[in-house]
Amino acid sequence: MDTLLQQLINGLTLGAVYALVALGYTMVYGIIGLINFAHGEVVMIGTMVAFTVIVSLAGSGMPPLLVLGIGLLVSVVVCMVLGWALERVAYRPLRHAPRLTPLITAIGMSIVLQNVAMIIWGRNYITFPPMIHKQIYDIGGASFTNVQVAIVSLAAVVMLGLIYLVHRTRIGMAMRATAQNPHVASLMGVDINRVIAMAFIIGSALGAVAGCMVGSYYEIAHYQMGFMLGLKAFTAAVLGGIGNLAGAMAGGLLLGVIEALGAGYIGDLTGDILGSHYQDIFAFIVLIIVLIFRPSGLFGERTGDRA
Amino acid sequence: MNGRARPSSSRQRHWLGFLLLGVVLLAVPFVAALGGQAWVRIANFAILYVFLALGLNIVVGYAGLLDLGYVAFYAVGAYAYALLASPHFGIHLPFWVILPLGAGLACIFGVLLGAPTLKLRGDYLAIVTLGFGEIVRIFMNNLNAPVNITNGAQGITLIDPIRIGDFSFAQTSSFLGVTLSGPQKYYFLLVALALLVIMVNIRLQDSRIGRAWQAIREDEIAAKACGINTRNIKLLAFAMGASFGGIAGGVFSAMQGFVSPESFSLMESITILAMVVLGGMGHIPGVILGAILLTGLPEALRYGIEPLQRALFGRMIVDPESLRMLVFGLALVLVMRFRPAGLWPSSQRRRELAESAG
Amino acid sequence: MSEQQLLLEAHAVAKHFGGVKALHDVSLTIRRGEIYGLIGPNGAGKTTFFNCLTGLYRNEGGHFIFDGVRLQADAPHKAAAVGIARTFQNIRLFGNMTALENVMVGRHLRTRAGVVGAIIRNPATRAEEAGIARRAEELLHYVGIHARAHDYAKHLSYGDQRRLEIARALATEPKLLALDEPAAGMNGTETEALRVLVEGICRDGVTVLLIEHDVKLVMGLCGRVAVLDYGEKICEDVPAVVQKDARVVEAYLGGSVA
Repeated sequence: MDTLLQQLINGLTLGAVYALVALGYTMVYGIIGLINFAHGEVVMIGTMVAFTVIVSLAGSGMPPLLVLGIGLLVSVVVCMVLGWALERVAYRPLRHAPRLTPLITAIGMSIVLQNVAMIIWGRNYITFPPMIHKQIYDIGGASFTNVQVAIVSLAAVVMLGLIYLVHRTRIGMAMRATAQNPHVASLMGVDINRVIAMAFIIGSALGAVAGCMVGSYYEIAHYQMGFMLGLKAFTAAVLGGIGNLAGAMAGGLLLGVIEALGAGYIGDLTGDILGSHYQDIFAFIVLIIVLIFRPSGLFGERTGDRA
Repeated sequence: MNGRARPSSSRQRHWLGFLLLGVVLLAVPFVAALGGQAWVRIANFAILYVFLALGLNIVVGYAGLLDLGYVAFYAVGAYAYALLASPHFGIHLPFWVILPLGAGLACIFGVLLGAPTLKLRGDYLAIVTLGFGEIVRIFMNNLNAPVNITNGAQGITLIDPIRIGDFSFAQTSSFLGVTLSGPQKYYFLLVALALLVIMVNIRLQDSRIGRAWQAIREDEIAAKACGINTRNIKLLAFAMGASFGGIAGGVFSAMQGFVSPESFSLMESITILAMVVLGGMGHIPGVILGAILLTGLPEALRYGIEPLQRALFGRMIVDPESLRMLVFGLALVLVMRFRPAGLWPSSQRRRELAESAG
Repeated sequence: MSEQQLLLEAHAVAKHFGGVKALHDVSLTIRRGEIYGLIGPNGAGKTTFFNCLTGLYRNEGGHFIFDGVRLQADAPHKAAAVGIARTFQNIRLFGNMTALENVMVGRHLRTRAGVVGAIIRNPATRAEEAGIARRAEELLHYVGIHARAHDYAKHLSYGDQRRLEIARALATEPKLLALDEPAAGMNGTETEALRVLVEGICRDGVTVLLIEHDVKLVMGLCGRVAVLDYGEKICEDVPAVVQKDARVVEAYLGGSVA
């Protein structure tokens, strides 16, 4: 079996998920400069909601694809409401507070959401019922599944939709203007509150999609799954240049590939001293290296101090 | 000329306050022991967290740097002690060698991590430190093969207590007619350490370095224009915070006799940070309050939630552990919402001319 | 002119932002002990020149020679260390520190005490600390705001904040004091008091580089004046000559100075 190709395929799948989650971080950061720590938890809630819907409809005799679709839709709607509520209740009152204040709030919300999820869905891993008959395809010695194809293509469609939204619609224009300069944007008649709320809502919707993907890819979910996922997605956003949408997408894909390759080859590289359970450190090592040599990310613009 | 000098009556009241505080501090381990040694241990942890929080306060409160991986330095200190004073490698160095060693090691890690990242925007530092914390934890968890260094998730047991000659902190012994249990002895050691870190905090605040930190917090560009090498000064804060974390880790190891990666999760970093921010960043009494509250609150909830649920519903409805964390999370959100500067922020500082004239 | 007389030489300094040329080969010389004025319409590049000189920006072309040595000021603290202190157009004080503390921060560069000294408070540290406070008070006296020494900087009046910023800059013991529009927003009386202060600073041996909008102040105060327009130096001479220069009149003075 060709490991390189295989790892590339796996990395691409994972990267598509990271990219979607990273977009949520980058949109919020680009507009209000907040690391929305709770975003990983929103993704987790998305997975959990989809799980509940799918499980409860699984025996209803509906076609599996329809069940999956409903699960995805409900999950997206729930997460949009959650994202909106988070901004409205937790962050908006703190917009002019010291910089650390909203960050602590975000950490607090993250803890709250995790534990609410634990109370609702329990502390054990939950297994996704297999809704799609998994098909395995072979190319050049590597294999991929129809689930992977679905994940990558859905991610591509969603990202294209986002690009259209940001560059071709009024609200997208307002978002870009606010990201450039909130004060001027508000003078030009942009409703800043609405723009910020939209960033949270759209980001959460993308997160829900990503959550459903993770769930159907690994077929398990856990109330703590959002943390590592969120952390890596944030790393991906920084990697691509935080605040930069295209950067988040590229950063996500890149991180997925790096991680997969790293996990695949770390044993060979270190003479089996380090094994694949070190997979999680790649993201951070890459992050630190990138920040040292390209502080504004791979695709970010250099921003200088201003007098 | 100066109408703000503190009247002498207030100064006397100050001394009275200190005296009272001293008596309370002396009484705590004996009063707590009435409820069992477990309560003394809780008091010990509260003070250990005061120590940790004040160490982090130098980084976050004074220099204004967001460190989300503080626990990594704590872990370095703890494992340094555990590996050099336990049967794991059969090395049994005395504490006065290992504690400074652990502090130094943590300091080196702090410099290595801080030097490249401190010139970046603050949020990047936050995420890099967070990542570093995770890297350290992952290594502790997995460095048991092929060479068993950390003993993986099982952790290291049978760590030597702090011992001065024949006087071991782990055993009960009599002292001028007063019988002190192990935890009670550690209590006094911890109080001494906490007083040390309080003194360091106070003295740094009113120094050339302390002013430079405050200047950087207020306006970094203006601070640079005043000739402050902001990166070095920030690095200094970062390294100092790391060293204190290292010392705390060593004491933790000795006190527990056991360390495992579980004690050094991100949640631990967040808790310590929350103590600093919740209490009132940069304000020493506020940070102390934050540390004591956040150590005490979960304990109180642990003992309060179960009986409360039984009383209300006749049975356990919600897992007490998750409810405890839920309340913790909500407390963070609510305090930030209604007291964004913390529970006990520093009031407008009154300055004495006499003091600055030295 | 002998080399010793020159404090600062700017040689063909160039800086652009994206495609916009903010400074185009600006050369000028400042002599020891003079008050040198830099004027020009809004956006002419005065502040950009300042920021290049003080290490806040990196100039793409040209270089500075300060006090006979080529300036390697790629960071503001290095510029301060060689003896260039500055104030900011939009006052940048440490708002939550007292006026005295602001000036004490300015002493950072010329003092030594580190962490250990701060913690053990040995006699050397205490003496240094007392020296810092004493010098800071002297400077507050010097700029005339000693009465406000223990007030927070953010609570000072606008004019006093300008003075405090000058005191803080002087605390770094500069050879060249660069003032970025110090009279902006001041009324007639305050401007006159500022004029007296700047003259005094110069008399006490500090060379002054002054960016100003208030043409009358510049013409009355400065020994020599350079005029920037669209990032280019169009004139450099004594005020009397500059005022009559056709390009200057066209570019900037226009009808504003009769």
